[in-house]
Amino acid sequence: MEVFDISNQVNNSAPIKEHVEELSGEKVKKCYQCGKCTAGCPVAFAMDNPPRQILRLLQVGLAKEALESNSVWICASCQTCYARCPRGVNIPRVMEAVRIMAKNKGIMPEKNIKLFEELFLKSVENNGRVHEMGLIVMYNLMSMQPFKDVTLAPKLFLDGKISPFPHKVKNPSEIKKLFERVREKEKGGHA
Amino acid sequence: MTLKYAYYPGCSLNATGIEYNQSTKAVAKHLGVQLEEIDDWNCCGASAAHNTSHLLSIALPARTLALAEKQGLDVAVPCAACFNRMKAAQVEVRQSKEMKKTINEVIDMEYTARHEVKTLLDVLVNDVGLDKIKESVNRPLTGLKVASYYGCLLVRPPKIMCFDDVEDPMTMDRLVVALGGEPVEWSYKVECCGAGHSTAKPAVGIPMIRDILKNAKLNGANCILTACPLCFLNLDMRQKEAGQLDNNSYQLPVFYFTQFMGLAFGYSAKELCLNKHFVDPVKLLDEKDIFRHPDTRREKA
Repeated sequence: MEVFDISNQVNNSAPIKEHVEELSGEKVKKCYQCGKCTAGCPVAFAMDNPPRQILRLLQVGLAKEALESNSVWICASCQTCYARCPRGVNIPRVMEAVRIMAKNKGIMPEKNIKLFEELFLKSVENNGRVHEMGLIVMYNLMSMQPFKDVTLAPKLFLDGKISPFPHKVKNPSEIKKLFERVREKEKGGHA
Repeated sequence: MTLKYAYYPGCSLNATGIEYNQSTKAVAKHLGVQLEEIDDWNCCGASAAHNTSHLLSIALPARTLALAEKQGLDVAVPCAACFNRMKAAQVEVRQSKEMKKTINEVIDMEYTARHEVKTLLDVLVNDVGLDKIKESVNRPLTGLKVASYYGCLLVRPPKIMCFDDVEDPMTMDRLVVALGGEPVEWSYKVECCGAGHSTAKPAVGIPMIRDILKNAKLNGANCILTACPLCFLNLDMRQKEAGQLDNNSYQLPVFYFTQFMGLAFGYSAKELCLNKHFVDPVKLLDEKDIFRHPDTRREKA
């Protein structure tokens, strides 16, 4: 097992904690490591550092370990941890913040999850609404698994559940402007 | 008094969740609830937005809510995930003047958050009321043992959603009783189905779906009830894949709670889009004689 010199870390890399706190609006130090979040987390089985450990990594300033962890991508935002946290820490918001920071640094241990979300938002930005068929086709092509779920497609298509044409808002440029204004405001530093 | 709401179907209800939209419209009309679709609504952003930018995740639903305000009505939202995002936007705008100002600039409209956002389940069970629903039942769902599946976002986080008990919600269970069915007790009613993981990360998503199906079956359910188009899709469309994980065939029909209501009110399988499910629900309904007039059902004859 790898050994971390925690006291040294705490002194040297405080910025990640502050950055996460600013981005999420949550106080990371409130966590007293009871582990209730991890006990109830339905995706902990697939995480390298389950929620409690992510909080601990942030508390002691182990930035690299937190940012490179797959947990923040695997988190399904189901809110179970937040609902049960005796300290009221909004852990999904913390996970989101770490994820956004990782993305900004180009760290993406779960490339497909990121790709799926990007394509989803692209679809919204272009049409104002998600075009499910377009999203799935693009996702399968770009994640290089063109035949994924292909056996499900005929039934979905015949039942009218997927359509080759997107539903759009009346004036898609309004939504594009909304996205642009968000980007503009976020340049100011606050997400 | 007629109940009237601004209706936000959301993207899924025009696509993979078409059954939910059709059955919602049928039962709302039946119960005298007017649903006025919000003119020019847009996507709520789902998880992709809040995983990318908090501001975007509030702005997208806020635009739709601002449009709904022009209709001067409370908003009824069938999709649990859309409901969650809209409620989150409403709460943030209500809590912070600064956020309200920022959001109004981003959406280029005024959103005051003075109207309520309600989940359709809340509207039908609590605003219309179980008494009225009971009066409309002419084909009780006898013999259906139902695992009411709430999933995550209807009830969590409780501080924002303020809907039912966070660990053991009972709204759908009470509805099942009113419709003549039998709710089963089970421990996965608020467990997460993995949402988009079934697509983006199947090795994580499929076992989560399997666990829900398994627990429902172990507790004696012969079908599952949902209030979310993604939960429905995961449990219905991915059921075969989930079963293959442990060489099992679950064959558990999944229903939207609105389809269940429509069935009990006497609507046909086609009107409720029961033919569009991956796991055929009609077989179970035939087995239990649901389509037959109650007076001539086997258990009475």
